[in-house]
Amino acid sequence: MTRAHDPHGDLVSGGSGVGVLAPTRPPETPLARLRWAVVDGWTVTRRDLTHWIRSPEEVLGGLTFPVVSVLLFGYVLGSAMVVPGGGDYREFLMPGLFGMTMVFGMVITASAVVTDTSRGVTDRFRSMPMAPSAVVAGRSVADMIRAALDLTALLGCGLLVGWRAHGGVAAFLAAVGLLLLLRFALIWVGIYVGLLLRTPESATTLMTLVLPFAMIANTFVAPELMPSWLGVVAEVNPMSATVAATRELFGNPGLGGGSWLARNALLMAVVWPVALVAVFFPLSVRRFRDMSR
Amino acid sequence: MRTAAATLTGEIAAGERECAVLARGLRKRYGETTALDGFDLAVPYGTVCGLLGPNGAGKSTAVRVLSTLLRPDGGRAEVGGFDVVTQARQVRYRIGLTGQNPAVDDVLTGRGNLEMFGRLYHLGPRAARRRAQELLEQFNLTDVADTPPRRYSGGMRRRLDLAVSFIMAPPVLFLDEPTTGLDPRHRLEVWNGVRDLVAQGTTVLLTTHYLDEVDQLADDISVIDRGRVIARGTPDELKSTLGGDQLDVVLDDPAELGRAAEALAVLAGAPPRVRPEASRLTVPVRERVTALTEALRVLEAAGIAVRDIGIRRPTLDEVFVRLTGHHPESGETDTPADTAVDPAAGAGDEDEREGGR
Ligand SMILES: Nc1ncnc2c1ncn2[C@@H]1O[C@H](COP(=O)(O)OP(=O)(O)OP(=O)(O)O)[C@@H](O)[C@H]1O
Ligand SMILES: [Mg+2]
Repeated sequence: MTRAHDPHGDLVSGGSGVGVLAPTRPPETPLARLRWAVVDGWTVTRRDLTHWIRSPEEVLGGLTFPVVSVLLFGYVLGSAMVVPGGGDYREFLMPGLFGMTMVFGMVITASAVVTDTSRGVTDRFRSMPMAPSAVVAGRSVADMIRAALDLTALLGCGLLVGWRAHGGVAAFLAAVGLLLLLRFALIWVGIYVGLLLRTPESATTLMTLVLPFAMIANTFVAPELMPSWLGVVAEVNPMSATVAATRELFGNPGLGGGSWLARNALLMAVVWPVALVAVFFPLSVRRFRDMSR
Repeated sequence: MRTAAATLTGEIAAGERECAVLARGLRKRYGETTALDGFDLAVPYGTVCGLLGPNGAGKSTAVRVLSTLLRPDGGRAEVGGFDVVTQARQVRYRIGLTGQNPAVDDVLTGRGNLEMFGRLYHLGPRAARRRAQELLEQFNLTDVADTPPRRYSGGMRRRLDLAVSFIMAPPVLFLDEPTTGLDPRHRLEVWNGVRDLVAQGTTVLLTTHYLDEVDQLADDISVIDRGRVIARGTPDELKSTLGGDQLDVVLDDPAELGRAAEALAVLAGAPPRVRPEASRLTVPVRERVTALTEALRVLEAAGIAVRDIGIRRPTLDEVFVRLTGHHPESGETDTPADTAVDPAAGAGDEDEREGGR
């Protein structure tokens, strides 16, 4: 190893003169701890974002399904689709696709988590003096940034096919907020599932499990048009609450029937994500701790 | 040689607090498998401890427990005076780790990896960038600095992984099979890098299957088998457990081996070992020079033609085989082309290692 020059230069800490790049000390005040948690979390976020910048095909691939769905359902099958209470099917469809994209995000989170654990990167993080929360915090922020970008792309796509938000700015922002809230809740489901999986390959099969979840909902067809038992399942689906609520806020057609869940979609669009976080956040934390078992 | 006293209580005596790494009675089970079964270790500050043992002996498990990744089922361990379970956070500020499998980000570039991990070691952006450049040079990775590791060769990944654990000069460095898969030149450079860190005060715990590696680097060796330390000592101490020097005789005619063994029995401390396939005979002896002259005299008197004769110290490989009943380089690990353990041992020791297990 060539060490022609003083390898550490002015990096020498404490002026010990030994040329050691000494490790930093643990933060002592809560404020310093918080600062490192933020700095470390942001470092991890930047890394996660870099992954997507390096493989844009993966990001575009993730958007393919919703965009193809716009064309397939909006145009090919659209004429055969009925919106209860009348209205344009494509206006009905778009909020469903927004919600579906948020749900698919769960797979993105899970596969990123299992890739890191199976490659040993998570262990490397765990052996380092970084803030322990940074791994998941960084992951969440990156996933939320991506969700916002995905959603922006789909909103643009919707505008192209004639979808409009009729409810004003506040209602629009509230709808976007509810969609992102669902995505946020699903980060914790994704982290938990990712920690359960063993190989990155198994994450791709997750998609086949998530797909029916996104279908047996009010995404493409109103639940009241389904066989009654399936309609009930579709209405209980947390994703349906978010989609119904965003339809309401965007002023899009196809507001659900008379069931309590349908009438309280706005409430349920908050209750469901909060419940998911309440269950899966502690589960994920415990699972993360159990890595040392 | 000191044999590890099996302290099962997990108590840490006051005098042992001077140690950078200390383990007492560590236990770890995976279902039916007992990976650690009363593992004891004490590594004084500023020294290099080599951990040897056959595949599945529990070396990696021990490293994972000591580097806070794994919680032991029983026993206690301290690193830098901090408990690895209850003070894991403090421990993490004082250790560097290279695990058995390279753990680098496959998508970031080599440089990107070093900069990211540098930032997570709380270097500033400029310092992280400079340190990355230094390490890329140190580990000969400048050519592939801007390529993601998934396009690296195995040895390059390993080097990048090592570079990451060298970002800081940690007080305690854990290296789990650091040079597995490296070519001889890069092994030498990793050894130099370890020596540099030790010169700066770092304590190193190193596991390896290459006995020349511990011979080169380690001040102290612990041999581990089935989750516990079965022998401990300096390389020299361990070698002398095999009864000191050995006389090697190679004959022109293998048919004469029996007669030669009889003739040499008088000066042997123990019965000679005969290897007909190599036409070779090994005799443990007490006095180096007398034994050599005596042997030559006896053999000449018996009229046995000698092709080669020499005195050598036992190799660590032999110590290892004797202690564990395993061949040191069995299993998944690569065998380097030349495994002559003791540079002073003389050439042609290939057939000296017992194939038994
Ligand atoms: N995650 C795990 N789950 C179940 N068993 C495990 C696990 N990790 C290790 N083991 C078992 O624990 C024992 C010790 O394994 P360990 O990896 O510590 O051995 P080692 O000495 O590092 O071996 P090697 O030289 O092959 O690296 C082995 O029997 C192994 O099968
Ligand atoms: Mg191992």
